[in-house]
Amino acid sequence: MLVDFFTYDFLRYTFFTGMLIGIIAPLLGTFIVVRRLSLIADALSHVTLAGIAFGLMMEKLFLIPIPALYSGMAFSVFGSVLIEKLRSVYNAYQEIAIPIILSGGVGLSVIFIAVADGFNTDLFNYLFGSVSAVSQNDFFMILTISIFVILVVAFFYKELFTLSFDEEHATISGIHAKSIHLLFIVLTALVIAASIRIVGVLLVSALMTLPVAAAMRLAKGFKQMMYLSILFGEISVIVGIISGYYLNIPPGGTIVMVSIFILLLSIGMKKFNFRLKKVRETG
Amino acid sequence: MMESVVSLKNVSYSYEKKPVLTSIDFEIPRGSFMGLVGPNGGGKTTLIKLMLGLLKPDEGSIELFGRPLEYVKDRSKIGFVSQKANTFNKGFPATVFEVVSTGLTAKIGYFKFMNKQHKAKILKAIEQVGMSEYAHQNIGNLSGGQQQRIFIARALVNDPELIILDEPTVGVDYENVKRFYELLHRLHDKNNITLLLVTHDTGTMTEHATDIVCLNKTLHFHGKPNEYTSLSEKDLSRIYGHPVNIVVHNH
Ligand SMILES: Nc1ncnc2c1ncn2[C@@H]1O[C@H](COP(=O)(O)OP(=O)(O)O)[C@@H](O)[C@H]1O
Ligand SMILES: [Mg+2]
Repeated sequence: MLVDFFTYDFLRYTFFTGMLIGIIAPLLGTFIVVRRLSLIADALSHVTLAGIAFGLMMEKLFLIPIPALYSGMAFSVFGSVLIEKLRSVYNAYQEIAIPIILSGGVGLSVIFIAVADGFNTDLFNYLFGSVSAVSQNDFFMILTISIFVILVVAFFYKELFTLSFDEEHATISGIHAKSIHLLFIVLTALVIAASIRIVGVLLVSALMTLPVAAAMRLAKGFKQMMYLSILFGEISVIVGIISGYYLNIPPGGTIVMVSIFILLLSIGMKKFNFRLKKVRETG
Repeated sequence: MMESVVSLKNVSYSYEKKPVLTSIDFEIPRGSFMGLVGPNGGGKTTLIKLMLGLLKPDEGSIELFGRPLEYVKDRSKIGFVSQKANTFNKGFPATVFEVVSTGLTAKIGYFKFMNKQHKAKILKAIEQVGMSEYAHQNIGNLSGGQQQRIFIARALVNDPELIILDEPTVGVDYENVKRFYELLHRLHDKNNITLLLVTHDTGTMTEHATDIVCLNKTLHFHGKPNEYTSLSEKDLSRIYGHPVNIVVHNH
């Protein structure tokens, strides 16, 4: 059955790309979840859609081919910088940045798509992901992004963790909170742009948060949670892509359903462990 | 001249137009265990934020270890345990070891990784607060008093010369408050750490502190614990009401 994935180039690239985003999405997701920023991922994915739509429009109107990955990435990164800006402008109401960016992204997307006359299957693929959308070029770009993201997180791990745990204390001790936040949100934007072809705009934030939510139930510490999230992310992506392909369902749907299944298992397991402990204690 | 770790000269501060501190002259002598008391809203937390460089005084100057605060780049000599330590997100998935390690982040510096010595330091700080057996437990599973010890360990991990604690015992039960003071006492005596403690339990504090300062917009009292406890109720209400002369003291 799996033979298709090694026979057809496009499937192979999708598969490897899936394995990459299965690492980087939960990796950043760990910090996003503990900082309670899950909705920012959603806002950024909608801005990415606007970028993709912009690419489609340019191609349609002016015959300038801009690869969707690049225009999506450019919008996403720009959106992320804007969010940080808005968050400092509305210091007391930081979450207001999210609906502003999210609705802005959707508004722009609708306009670009309408102008490009492109409400078709292409759009459907962007919303829910596709197994056949990753080109060789895309793959190498996403590989580059992944290496970059993993290196930056490795080098700034202790700062990211310290800031997530206690921002005030981190600032007092001399960590440059603003710069690190900006760096982090730009990384998030890159990861979202990289993930969208496979998971789709509507479900990309799920891949960043659901594996983390499951890992949180089981892990004792932060690092352990990070590794578990990546493991769960990988399982979701691999099982999701393969089943999506054979069942002819967009992979966004199957990947998310696998992550939800893992989440339910982890909730059940914790309950089961808890009961076991009680039984042992009471003898 | 007496050596002081922090000295404030004629410091004033207002939030927008609301004056909170006026002409504060205040020194923390090296080796002292200073208790800072005063009514709620009296400006204690604000004073601490000024010392930590989180706020800039409108007037006056602040020195740390004999140098102007702006020039003291290395803040690791001051440990800080905030009021917030009681209200942090208890669900945060971190082990005791991981929490204490955050105290070292700035000192290790960017682009550098934690090494064996750092890890040994972290374990030692956890040992100093008597929490070794919990080093790899989730911090959320500990009691309030135990969590507070972990935040002390986070401050200790840098070998600070001064630790500032802002109402650390709020919400901690009596038995644990007692043990908490024993811990502070030990750090002060054995490790020669200067302490500045903001608190409301003046009863327990006067048994341990070497100096007491009372703040309500300005300094209203500065003296020894026995002088503070011998103040009559009338004196105290006067102190909490309007200014009296600062008690001058020599070591
Ligand atoms: N960020 C702030 N903005 C405006 N006013 C503040 C702020 N923080 C504190 N205050 C006010 O300053 C006064 C002193 O507060 P604070 O230093 O927290 O006192 P304490 O710690 O002694 O209870 C209070 O009246 C408080 O309402
Ligand atoms: Mg206070």
